[in-house]
Order: sequence, then C-alpha cells, then structure tokens
Amino acid sequence: MSNEIAILGAGMHPWGKWGHNFVQYGVAAAREALADAGVPWQDVKFISGGATMRCGYPGYVAGASIAQALGWQGAEVNTSYAACASGSQALAAARNKILAGECEVALVVGADTTPKGFLAPAGGYRPEDPDWVRFYLGITNPTYFALYARRRMDLYGDTLEDFAAVKVKNSLIGSKNPRARYRKCFTAEDVAASAMVADPLRLMDICATSDGGAALIVSSMEYARKIGKGNAPRVAAISTVTPTFASEVVEMPDIATDSAAAMGVEAHAYRASLPVKAYEEAGIGPEDVSLAEVYDLSTALELDWIEDLQLAPRGEAAALLRAGDTALGGKIPVNVSGGLACFGEAVPAQALAQVCELTWQLRGQAGDRQVEGAKVGITANQGLFGHGSSVIVTR
Amino acid sequence: MSSSDNKPYAAAIEGWHTMGAKPALIGTQCDECGSYFFPKQTQYCKNPQCESTDFTEVELSRRGHIWSYTNAGYKPPTPFVADDPFEPFAIAAVQLEKEQMVVLGQVVKGVGVDDLKVGLPVELVLEPLHETDEDIKLTWKWQPSEC
Ligand SMILES: [Zn+2]
Repeated sequence: MSNEIAILGAGMHPWGKWGHNFVQYGVAAAREALADAGVPWQDVKFISGGATMRCGYPGYVAGASIAQALGWQGAEVNTSYAACASGSQALAAARNKILAGECEVALVVGADTTPKGFLAPAGGYRPEDPDWVRFYLGITNPTYFALYARRRMDLYGDTLEDFAAVKVKNSLIGSKNPRARYRKCFTAEDVAASAMVADPLRLMDICATSDGGAALIVSSMEYARKIGKGNAPRVAAISTVTPTFASEVVEMPDIATDSAAAMGVEAHAYRASLPVKAYEEAGIGPEDVSLAEVYDLSTALELDWIEDLQLAPRGEAAALLRAGDTALGGKIPVNVSGGLACFGEAVPAQALAQVCELTWQLRGQAGDRQVEGAKVGITANQGLFGHGSSVIVTR
Repeated sequence: MSSSDNKPYAAAIEGWHTMGAKPALIGTQCDECGSYFFPKQTQYCKNPQCESTDFTEVELSRRGHIWSYTNAGYKPPTPFVADDPFEPFAIAAVQLEKEQMVVLGQVVKGVGVDDLKVGLPVELVLEPLHETDEDIKLTWKWQPSEC
C-alpha cells in the first residue's frame, strides 16, 4: 500500500531503574537501531522524539536533546508529547515526513528517567485541576485499573486467578527477554501473596514505572529497496484518534464521565475505538493478526485490550487466556515481550518498545520468544487526556 | 450543623454539592443540547454538535447504580489527608440514569467491597473527608440504599 514505510532498524536500552540521564538511554537505543539498520547517522534527515515531562527542558525537546548527543548533522527535528502514545505520535510525524517526500530516512526515539517514589500532584487548593481533585478524594491511578478489573469480575465472571494467570504468563515469557527489567518467573501464589493495593488488584497485578529507551529507523519503501531491505517489516497503520463524546468509561484523572443525555449523543468506549482506524488503514481485520503488544498497566487491563482489539468477543478474553491461546504457542500470543508487567512503564519509550518487539518478531529474530510465522502485529496503548494509539506492523 | 468537638462543618470543595439533609452534587446543564456536566461547565459545551455558551446550574440525581467499585488499600499521596492510622476505604463509580453519566466518590465508612456489587442502588450522603484546625471538611460519598 502507498502509505507504508519500512522499519529498517530497532533498538532499545534495557529497562530498569538506572537513574541515568534519559538522553543516555535514547542515544544507546538510537545507536543500536542505526547499527541494526545498517544506516549511517549522516543519512538520517529527520529525528522524531517522544517528550518526557520528568526531565526538565531537555525532556520537552527530547528529539533535539538526543540528536545533539548523537552529533548535530543538520537534520530536521521534532518532539511529540501524547502521554503514553508519545512514541506513536513521533512515529506518525516521521511517517508524514517520509510520505510527503521530504526525507528518506528518519530516527524515531523515546527515553525516560522516572523519579523515585510516588509522583504526587502539585499542592495547594486547586479544585479546577481534576488531577488535584481526585487525589484529594483519595482516588489514585490503581483505583481506575481496579474499577475496570472489578467490572470484568461482576459482568463476565473473571476471577483473581485469571488476573494472576496474566502475570504468570507474562513473567514466564519476559524472563526470556534480556531487555526486560523484571526477569523472575512468578507463580499464582506469588501474586496472591502480594499486598492488596486496590481490590481486586494486588501489587503484582499493577505495573511499575521504569527508565528505558527505544528507537526505530524508518524509511521510504524506495530507500529500503535501494539498500536491499525491500522485505523489511512495514508500518501499515498508525491510529492516534481522540475519544468521541460522550465518554462511556471514567478515565484517569477525571472524577466523572461525560453525560450522554443529549439528543444524538451516544456513550463511546475509547480503548475499543483506537484499533478501528488502524485496521481500516491497514486494510486488514483482527483475524489477520499474528500477535499483539498491549498496554497492561494492570493484569486485568490486558484482558480488556484483547477484546478492544477484537481478538475475542466482549467478555471472553479470560476464556482465551485459560485455553492458553494468548501464551507463546497459542492462537494469538499477547505481550510476548513480557509486557509492562516485565518492563514497567517508561512513558515516551513504551509505544516504540512495542513496535520494536513486533519488528523483531516479524523478522523471526525473537529467539526463545519467537511467535512462529508472525506476519502481522498490532500494538495498543492509552494514556491521559485523550491520548492513545494503535500501530500495525506487517511483513 | 457542628461536630461533637464544636468544630463547624464545611464543604471540602466549595460549591460542588448542596449541604442540606438530602445532599446532591451540583453540576450544570447545557441550555441548548441538555448535556450535564460535573464538575460544572459554564464556558463552552463539550458536545461536538453544540456551540452553546449558556448553562444552568442543576442538582444531579442523588441516586444511582454502581458501575464498578474498589478500595484504597494504601494511603493515597497528598493532597489526600489520611487518618492516623490509615483506614482503607471503598470507592464507587456510580451510574446516574437521568444524566447518563458515571460519577466517582468514596463509599461511606463501614461499607467495604464485600458489601458492593455492580448494579447495586446507592444514594449520595455527606461524610467527613478530613479535619483542619478550623473545621471538619465534608465530601460526597455513596451509600447503599434500600430500594
Ligand atoms: Zn450543549
């Protein structure tokens, strides 16, 4: 298809709690991606970065900060911020540049250094800020994940054992990923023994925050063919659509949903709308998908995503899980990277890390984690303030 | 209204709910399309089909049904003011039928997640959120109701 671009290289700095400057992770990931692509740095004419909000001004202009560290060479630069979808938005900017014929090769990169401890909102009395209000009332991030998890239990009959099984599955596969931060194999007993954070979710059901960096070298199909990589994995679709009024699901950091009381207004679930545009753009359907990388901020959320991506009918993701269909070797493996459960979230790098995994899988280079015959991969993530994305990679 | 140690009661967040015996959340309704907003929206309507800038303050339904629920097992960070020692509390997301929206809030003291279920009818009451030197701050909480 005419709107495709090639993924020539992928690279990551391992996730962890290293405490270094984010630029260092970005540079390491970019160098690995460049080497993987076999493309000289001088040939990169567009650098598209995902911003980090936690590292001061250099973080707001992350694309430039990392480009400067790699050595200014006169390329154009961009920085995107879209919460958890920042990496996808940076990728979309690179794709636009390439498809417009303004550059042949681009670097897309995201990196983050997370602070130690709880990230609390600014103080004072600020009821106009929904983030302040919800913390004042005692509503934290896990509250929202737990509301979604509990709804699954009451509506579909999901159990605590199902949620634990997601963690067990992801930790088993993640133990084989050298780039993952948590590489221990956990058992259902380990999960059950961890502290209850927000009923029904325990500490081990919820993902941590991490340092990390991920990068992609992308190019026009023409350039890929020119350097003998015409059969490289391709970005077939990027969806970064906003929600549609009215919101059906109460989302962080809001205290309420929209009202769907007006004539002609229906309630819409945002997560489920994200892949719709991606499937349409790629001209494929969920039945074509070989594997998915989804944003498992909680174990239960992985099950929601499986249904949002239409890989299972609503309410039936747990049945898929119980049958082993979402594990490596199953019908539709989900999070064979180990997912956020094994990585922890490094916001501006995470959406790119998902695409890195799909790239290696579609090339057949994922080693012990390889999904046999992987041809089509899809990612999905969602962040604050109406940001989310879904990317489809094909080969 | 005053507490046992003679501190007066005050709304934790002023203007977000009425203070009487049958308290209700205060929202707004768009004069043109009828969408409800909580917290109050007074400048522009978020309905993409509506360009209204006129809103009327309304009391939202005091009763609804639980959309989902959880609890806070750990002490939330500031600006939350925790009792010492910290007591876990339940939280509910409640569907208001007339407004067709879901509103979050704590659940009254003494009611835990084991007492709750998706679809359970609840009503809005006021309960202390925390104390200051001057007063006791009240907020809205959800309480399982009879019918
Ligand atoms: Zn309106």
